[in-house]
Amino acid sequence: MRLNPKITEKIAFAFLFLSTLVIVVPVILITIELLKNGMSVMSWKFLTESPRMGMRAGGIFPAIVGTVYLIVLTILFALPVGILAAIYLSEYARDHWLSKIIDVAIVNLAGVPSVVYGLFGLGIFVTFLNFGTSIVAGALTLSIMSLPVIITSSREALGTIPESFRESSLALGATRWQTIRRIVIPNALPGIITGAILALSRAAGETAPILFTVAAFYLPHLPKTIFDQCMALPYHLYVLATQVPNVKAGVEYGTALVLVAMILILNLMAGAIRSHFRKKKQW
Amino acid sequence: MSETKLQIQNLSLYYGTHQVLKNICLDVLSHEILGIIGPASSGKTSLLRALNRLNDDVPKFRKEGEVLLEGENIYTDLPVWMVRKRIGMIFALPTPLPLSIYENVAYGPRVHGMNQKKILDKIVEETLQSAFLWDEVKDRLDHPAMRLSGGQQQRLCIARTLAVQPEVILYDEPCSGLDPISTAKVEEAMTMLKSRYTQILVTNNTKQAARVSDRTAFFLMGEMVEINKTEKIFTIPQDKRTEDYVSGRFG
Repeated sequence: MRLNPKITEKIAFAFLFLSTLVIVVPVILITIELLKNGMSVMSWKFLTESPRMGMRAGGIFPAIVGTVYLIVLTILFALPVGILAAIYLSEYARDHWLSKIIDVAIVNLAGVPSVVYGLFGLGIFVTFLNFGTSIVAGALTLSIMSLPVIITSSREALGTIPESFRESSLALGATRWQTIRRIVIPNALPGIITGAILALSRAAGETAPILFTVAAFYLPHLPKTIFDQCMALPYHLYVLATQVPNVKAGVEYGTALVLVAMILILNLMAGAIRSHFRKKKQW
Repeated sequence: MSETKLQIQNLSLYYGTHQVLKNICLDVLSHEILGIIGPASSGKTSLLRALNRLNDDVPKFRKEGEVLLEGENIYTDLPVWMVRKRIGMIFALPTPLPLSIYENVAYGPRVHGMNQKKILDKIVEETLQSAFLWDEVKDRLDHPAMRLSGGQQQRLCIARTLAVQPEVILYDEPCSGLDPISTAKVEEAMTMLKSRYTQILVTNNTKQAARVSDRTAFFLMGEMVEINKTEKIFTIPQDKRTEDYVSGRFG
């Protein structure tokens, strides 16, 4: 039996729309839940004070500061290395057998569970390199975890640059590096930055990689150097939810709200950069 | 007028095991326009790419034989950027860079170290005039080159190539995507440039070769079948295959 095209159109539309709904509804519910339960504790004091009374009261300032430190340091470590590696792989070593092996390795690395990165960071940065449990060890661990995603998204951005741009530049006598610096990178940069920020915002919310490498259960003071431990929002949330009895529910939700808001800000930055450059784009 | 600019000696090109050019011997004379005609996969474009060394990065590319630019071997005596500066290339499809009109032309001089605004201004104006584009764009040099029409883009590409002061200009089917009026403008520019440059024109359009080139070479399946003064190629070709091609019996 052949169905009426009008009916199949409706069925197809219904399934496509329902699938979209399945994605959107949880996001809305999470947001509502966080706002409903978290806004009650939200105040200037909550954002700027240290926890008190065994973390049952007070604010989450040290955790916010710790997460900001981790994000900034992770950007400093991961962004340059990731972008340079992506440029090497997609501009210089395109058909090399080594780059094919690295391809496979990167895809697989992106699938490694984050707790494994945490243990790796513990072994390499904390113990072997003797950084101790510190911000630098945590940021390096988060960097290693973000690199595969940053490299992959950067290579995609570089791949969208038409080959004719490269050949035109080379045909005028420009060297390969001049071509990359003057033509390829400026045009690929919005895509590279967007992908990188999304990877980093993912890393900012991770708990497992910082569990063994940096996060402190409770610190009464702020870190003084990058070789100090610090508190961090995802771990603080985990601690509140599982380790501290009788926490007022609002504190947990408030913490989660701050973490989500910070990640949202990062993602909005990525979006703003992308749309800013898209307006300037000439091809 | 008749000194040799470019000597192609026993040049064979391979992509993997596939031979695309077979033992070509060809002298290109100073200030001539050499037309190269022939059907698809006759090796014309591969020859041009070898002269500009654009094949260097193609995997499994291999060449035998030598190419001399005024006696200097372009593969061993000169660095690759120097070869590409002295032997410029215009591609089949116009390929402006994603920059303004001005910056497209200034790009070449800039990568070769020229930063003085006044000199760049002068280069941009002169080369755009040589390419018959100046009058159409002089009021909007800061506009994106991508917004120009196809014919204007191709003349911009010619101006861009002229800006690095090449000695030889290679054209790879430069008018294949252009309408007849744009084509006429490009051809006019080529004719005007004869006094200063040596030009090699690869074209699928035999009539175009007849219109603009001084000498014409006919390529078929990677071999150069015949080369002669253009009027001779088109009136009394020596080889049966040339005659068949130029008279439109195949191709």
